[in-house]
Amino acid sequence: MPQLSTKHLLGIKDLNQEDIELIFETADNFKEVINRPIKKVPSLRDITIANVFFENSTRTKLSFELAEKRLSADVINFSSSNSSVKKGETLLDTVNNILAMKVDMVVMRHSSPGAPHFLAKKIDANIVNAGDGTHEHPTQALLDTYSIREKFGDVAGKKVAIIGDILHSRVALSNIFALQKMGAEVMVCGPNTLLPKYVDSLGVEVELDVRKALEWCDIANVLRIQLERQQIKYFPSLREYSLYYGINKALLDTLDKQITIMHPGPINRGVELNSDVADSEHSIILNQVENGVAIRMAVLYLLAAN
Amino acid sequence: MQKRLILDSKLLDITISRLCQQLIENHDQFENTVILGLQPRGIFLAERIKSKLQSLLDTEILTGQLDTTFYRDDFRRRETPLKANATKIPFIIEGKNVVLIDDVLFTGRSVRAALDAMTAFGRPSKVELLVLVNRNYSRDLPVEPQYVGKHVNTMQSQKVLVELKEQGKKKDNIWLVDKQEK
Repeated sequence: MPQLSTKHLLGIKDLNQEDIELIFETADNFKEVINRPIKKVPSLRDITIANVFFENSTRTKLSFELAEKRLSADVINFSSSNSSVKKGETLLDTVNNILAMKVDMVVMRHSSPGAPHFLAKKIDANIVNAGDGTHEHPTQALLDTYSIREKFGDVAGKKVAIIGDILHSRVALSNIFALQKMGAEVMVCGPNTLLPKYVDSLGVEVELDVRKALEWCDIANVLRIQLERQQIKYFPSLREYSLYYGINKALLDTLDKQITIMHPGPINRGVELNSDVADSEHSIILNQVENGVAIRMAVLYLLAAN
Repeated sequence: MQKRLILDSKLLDITISRLCQQLIENHDQFENTVILGLQPRGIFLAERIKSKLQSLLDTEILTGQLDTTFYRDDFRRRETPLKANATKIPFIIEGKNVVLIDDVLFTGRSVRAALDAMTAFGRPSKVELLVLVNRNYSRDLPVEPQYVGKHVNTMQSQKVLVELKEQGKKKDNIWLVDKQEK
């Protein structure tokens, strides 16, 4: 059987198309598992996984923990807010201490881009990047792409617009890599100040007008404005952002087609997305969450197999 | 280097017919009995048995597919991991008689995994095992089949190679081969 080409999941950039397809096919099987009366398989019963979160998270942390438990792994959780990191312990020391307790895999979220890559060079355990600063969030991109595949049958040839705060978004970068590897066309859309300077090197279409982006795409993946990462003001006010870039039903009704709406969460309702869109039948936001567990099970299972 | 034919298309048909008659002896009209084929090749056999039983009994036989990959005890101990397949059990097995169907019974580990996998769907009242080829004297676990297509004495160094039309082969052939040759 094919295996993943990597020992760690640090970013989509390191994966090839076969890896992504293998993860999707394995996730199909896990999706069936999590819809059974007994939603658990014993595959990882001899594995211990540490969830090490140096940054806040609801969805990703719960999703990983559930995926680990559905695979029968032993799980320990760590969050920096109530840990010795506050006392001045370094990242490497913290993780080495956790590994000394015989942990096989580390799922890590960190605010510094490249933190998991640094760890991967220093330690033996498998590392899964659960988001590193503004860099990558590979499992989110996998579950987003998987949700598109589930809804449309195929990703190749689909037009996906990623709309919002591209500059600060690890979801955007990972999604661009994943979608391109699977043959989709990608457009990014947002105010000029929230597009990264290197956007030209990504091979994506760039659009400043959200209406034109919506007219172009089959799927709109709407991102949150990451105020916590913005040290300076990139736009005058949230209200103004919402007026120019917020997506609501009235706007979508003026298009001559139906587009599918995605959002990685958490949603700021009324800012980037109105409730009449987020809760409509064209939104697959909750499917994304469900698929997240299956995708993470597949990733952990395949990494453990290597 | 030997490659010996154990069953060909014609013999396979006869064997499946006999197995179906034996199943009918024990399960009558299959009112409370379902069959589950084990992935990857047991499912083809289960389909053949299903259609044979349906033509003999003129009644619907509930048939499912069970994948044991996530329940195997050799995960992370094999050189290469196994690829998972689909599990489809579109009925309730609680309280039913279940006939598990696989192509070859060797160490019994797949069947152990299958028993585990199956209990995730409910508690059957009785479970039986049907295999096309039973490799004698090779069991790692105390697993014995109730219905056997053919008993074969084999050595550890040998392998039973199953080729069925459903896999895209021209003819049904079941071989006993030396592992090196495979």
